[in-house]
Amino acid sequence: MTADPLVRIDQLCKRYGSLRVLDGVDLEVDAGEVVCIIGPSGSGKSTLLRCVNFLEKPDHGTIRVDGELIGVQERKGRLVDVPVADLARQRSSIGMVFQSFNLFGHMTVLENIVEAPIRVAGQPKADAEKRARELLAHVRLEGKEDAYPRQLSGGQQQRVAIARALAMRPKVMLFDEPTSALDPETVGEVLSVMKLLADEGLTMLIVTHEIEFARDVADRVVFVDGGKIIEQGPAAQVIDDPQEERTQRFLSRIGSAGDRETRPAV
Amino acid sequence: MTPVRSRRSPLVGTVLAWAAKIIVLLLAFQVVATFLSSDSLQWSVVWSYMFDGDVLAGVARTIQLTVIAMVLGCLIGLVLALMRLSPSIVLNAVSGAYIWVFRGTPVLVQILFWYNLASFLPELSIGIPFGPDLVSGSTNDLITPLVAATLGLGLCEGAYMAEIFRAGILSVDHGQTEASAALGMTRRQSMRRIILPQAMRVIVPPTGNQVISMLKGTSLVSIISMNELLYTVQVIYARTFETIPLLVVASIWYLVLTTILNIAQYFIERKFAKGATRNAPVTWRDRLPQRRKPTEKFFSHEETI
Repeated sequence: MTADPLVRIDQLCKRYGSLRVLDGVDLEVDAGEVVCIIGPSGSGKSTLLRCVNFLEKPDHGTIRVDGELIGVQERKGRLVDVPVADLARQRSSIGMVFQSFNLFGHMTVLENIVEAPIRVAGQPKADAEKRARELLAHVRLEGKEDAYPRQLSGGQQQRVAIARALAMRPKVMLFDEPTSALDPETVGEVLSVMKLLADEGLTMLIVTHEIEFARDVADRVVFVDGGKIIEQGPAAQVIDDPQEERTQRFLSRIGSAGDRETRPAV
Repeated sequence: MTPVRSRRSPLVGTVLAWAAKIIVLLLAFQVVATFLSSDSLQWSVVWSYMFDGDVLAGVARTIQLTVIAMVLGCLIGLVLALMRLSPSIVLNAVSGAYIWVFRGTPVLVQILFWYNLASFLPELSIGIPFGPDLVSGSTNDLITPLVAATLGLGLCEGAYMAEIFRAGILSVDHGQTEASAALGMTRRQSMRRIILPQAMRVIVPPTGNQVISMLKGTSLVSIISMNELLYTVQVIYARTFETIPLLVVASIWYLVLTTILNIAQYFIERKFAKGATRNAPVTWRDRLPQRRKPTEKFFSHEETI
């Protein structure tokens, strides 16, 4: 008998017009687990991630984090939206890192990190700043406190964004293609920070195209296509020995080293 | 066919360029000289009225009206812009209708309308619709020229400011809203702390224009005998028939005030440019032509970052 999962997604459905982006997704993430979601573009993997903190409102299905329903509550047997203040509180315990960093451009690095701890969590300024400096050191950006985001490289900005999300001490961190907008030479510095966090036992849900990283860091890899989970399991199994034909096709198309046998001979 | 080439020597070009500059300067000199030496301008009269007590009071009233109407306009504009951007269809429609009416009719007509409100609504009251009144009073007592002028200028300004605020808010990347929401900020916190400060960069320049046109627009309320700058000089020249000198007095004061506003706008824009560029904000000193090693200017800054 294992403990309840930290994140539990049940029968999640989302459609844009007639397009079914998510078609009944079930997913559980245990505390301390690192789950990488891979799949072709348009497969619904980003939408799945954005539903977890209700940046996208699902049409059907539920998300629970630490046992608490996100975005909705049960009233007389029906699910209704929670008040906005409750949604804000729920979101504050779910960290999110975006593909395009989305740092606050008019604030310095330090101000970016302490904004939510002070305004949302109500921490004293001195405590928040002390913790922010520790986090900056953790993502190897000491001395950048007073820089503005536009003065930093993409990799540095993304590491600030990670520190900003961590400042709220989230129960789970969501990463939405964190390295897709980066120059190739700065991808490594972001991935190594993420690996560090994974090693420290942070619960992470990562949408990524970095197959090598997924193989290296993920406890579990989930392959999504057409709004459905096609296959999931340990990284070594899903990436190096995929059972489903769609997974094999995807991995061979992006040139993963794992399935040399299935790649057409040159 | 070979392309036609100008065979003019470079010397001719230089001479033509200089000739053009000299002609323009001569013309400008002529205009200014005529203006300054004209007998009908009576510069001594202009100077004698420049710091006249009534004129200074008119200047003060003009500034007061500009400030009150702009503050009212900005408040209404911000509320209208937020209504326009809200998901509610009702708020959206009300805001749209307001902008449609107040932007679609002349300010002069609006000022006259407020001034003559008494003939349309003799009694004004605040109360429960179709229920008892809580406060009521005679419109004539309530709508003084100052109130009519403020309402006329401020309510109309709100319609323009609404569009400026809306454009500013829309100019901020949607990712900023998402990032603040993901951190647990409420819509209000996000708007106040994240979106509006960044929207200001887009909002300030057109607002500066609005303040300047408001300053000049206050002259419209002279029509309802509001004793601002234009009305004050009108009263004087109606008595002394020194029409042109007194209009020059008013013009000089308007120019002085708009010049001060231009300078203020420059400093406000610099404040809100924080973090918007990779380089430190440009100061007015940097804009002065100076001799500098180009390498120093272009490379040293980027490298230190």
